[in-house]
Amino acid sequence: MPTSHLLKIEDLHHSFGKEEVLKGISFSLDKGETKVIVGPSGTGKSTILNNIIRLVPPKRGKIYLEDVEITSTKKINEIRQQIGFVFQDFGLFNHLTAKGNVMIGLTKVKKMDKKEAEELAMFELDRVGLKDFADSYPSQLSGGQAQRVGIARALAMQPKLILFDEPTSSLDPELTGEVLRVMKSLAEEGMTMLVVTHEMGFARSVADELIFMEGGNIVEQGDPEKLFNNPEHKRTKEFLFQLVDLYGEGEE
Amino acid sequence: MLDIFLNYYPVLFKGLAVTVLITIISCFSGTVFGVFLSLGKIYGNKLVSNLVTAFIAVIRGTPLLVQLFIIYYGLPAYGVNFSPITAAVISFIINSGAYQAEYLRGSIQSVSSGQLKAALSIGMTKWQGIFHIILPQALRRVIPAWTNEFIYMIKYSSLAYVIGAKELMTEAKLIASRNYQFFNVYLVTALIYLVVIIIFVYFFNRFEKKVAIPGFDFER
Ligand SMILES: Nc1ncnc2c1ncn2[C@@H]1O[C@H](COP(=O)(O)OP(=O)(O)OP(=O)(O)O)[C@@H](O)[C@H]1O
Ligand SMILES: [Mg+2]
Repeated sequence: MPTSHLLKIEDLHHSFGKEEVLKGISFSLDKGETKVIVGPSGTGKSTILNNIIRLVPPKRGKIYLEDVEITSTKKINEIRQQIGFVFQDFGLFNHLTAKGNVMIGLTKVKKMDKKEAEELAMFELDRVGLKDFADSYPSQLSGGQAQRVGIARALAMQPKLILFDEPTSSLDPELTGEVLRVMKSLAEEGMTMLVVTHEMGFARSVADELIFMEGGNIVEQGDPEKLFNNPEHKRTKEFLFQLVDLYGEGEE
Repeated sequence: MLDIFLNYYPVLFKGLAVTVLITIISCFSGTVFGVFLSLGKIYGNKLVSNLVTAFIAVIRGTPLLVQLFIIYYGLPAYGVNFSPITAAVISFIINSGAYQAEYLRGSIQSVSSGQLKAALSIGMTKWQGIFHIILPQALRRVIPAWTNEFIYMIKYSSLAYVIGAKELMTEAKLIASRNYQFFNVYLVTALIYLVVIIIFVYFFNRFEKKVAIPGFDFER
């Protein structure tokens, strides 16, 4: 079924063994939109992202990237090139420099020639403010820098959208800002992003929509300000304010 | 002792060349074989994985000498004949491959699984991820164990003398049985092994440092 959305998720279900983790998730993402997913630990937020690029194949439901149904396509590697993924623990390749991390997908997956790949890698590193760290290895980078390399690596593949799974959760508080600023500027440049995060400051200033999940269901979704100030469900307000208590308002 | 060395060094060095050749071929081919075994064990389907596990158990659970005898004395009954050196090399490759597969399995599993996930996420196939991301790191980490294996192999290659491969021990034994200076001949032989091993270990350690990942591998 063709859709006009960039990404559309329809009645997504997932279970690990007997434990039902996702109980029918539906939402969509248009080009240029940023949506933020929040919810308690163990609610299935990572599972949704992993289902989308089939790092964990979903049990039931359909996911469309533009008009391609990607839950059953055989060409999953081609789909993954079009959907960036930024990991909580960065997932950088430890034996490669920052530049090598960004280049390898270009040379090995896209079969780009080395010089061209190098130019593009430097461009993306510059975009995340790390031109001067191109030759550093992951262990020589701070967490914030490492995560920005992770973002540059995703960007270099020129994806249609990027999924972020708690990109700042393993960072020291003073380093989250530099990563969030990069994400914010991407949003402003029109990148489509689906972000799982506890950073409510980011959600309020960047997200077009906030999705609150609990127990494998979407409880409520909508404009972040509405969810904060005037939610349909009492539980939404409770949770969001609990988050703000725990993690602060964030910047802005 | 010096006179023994001076009198016999051409023969001893000829034997040493065979020893080193057997060891190098066995160790390096053993690495290639070990890579396939460990990949089969970790990433293969159930059948492949179980077959590899069983194979490794059999090879590690039986004496090298028995394996050598089966290949050299046993196989001719089935029409497969090898020269002593070939038989030695084959059995050493098989034996070393099984041990190296286990070392490699450990170092492959010590590379974080998050990196393979990340490789998949940029569109690599599982095997691209294994060859471009996992193996380059796992092979670096296995160098110390590999160096150990090489030392072990250079000494255990002397087992080949029992089937008459003309390696260092065989030559030493021949010399000693002619001049009856067992102590001196074997002492010289031991020293040759020692020096050669020290030289190889020196170069392997340098190589290990050269390929170390900055800030990540243990830097000495
Ligand atoms: N590989 C797995 N095998 C079994 N159970 C799993 C697996 N991955 C996740 N789960 C379970 O599925 C549930 C949802 O996990 P998920 O990681 O999607 O939650 P989350 O919302 O991302 O939580 P968090 O905020 O802690 O990251 C949890 O109960 C978790 O224990
Ligand atoms: Mg999670």
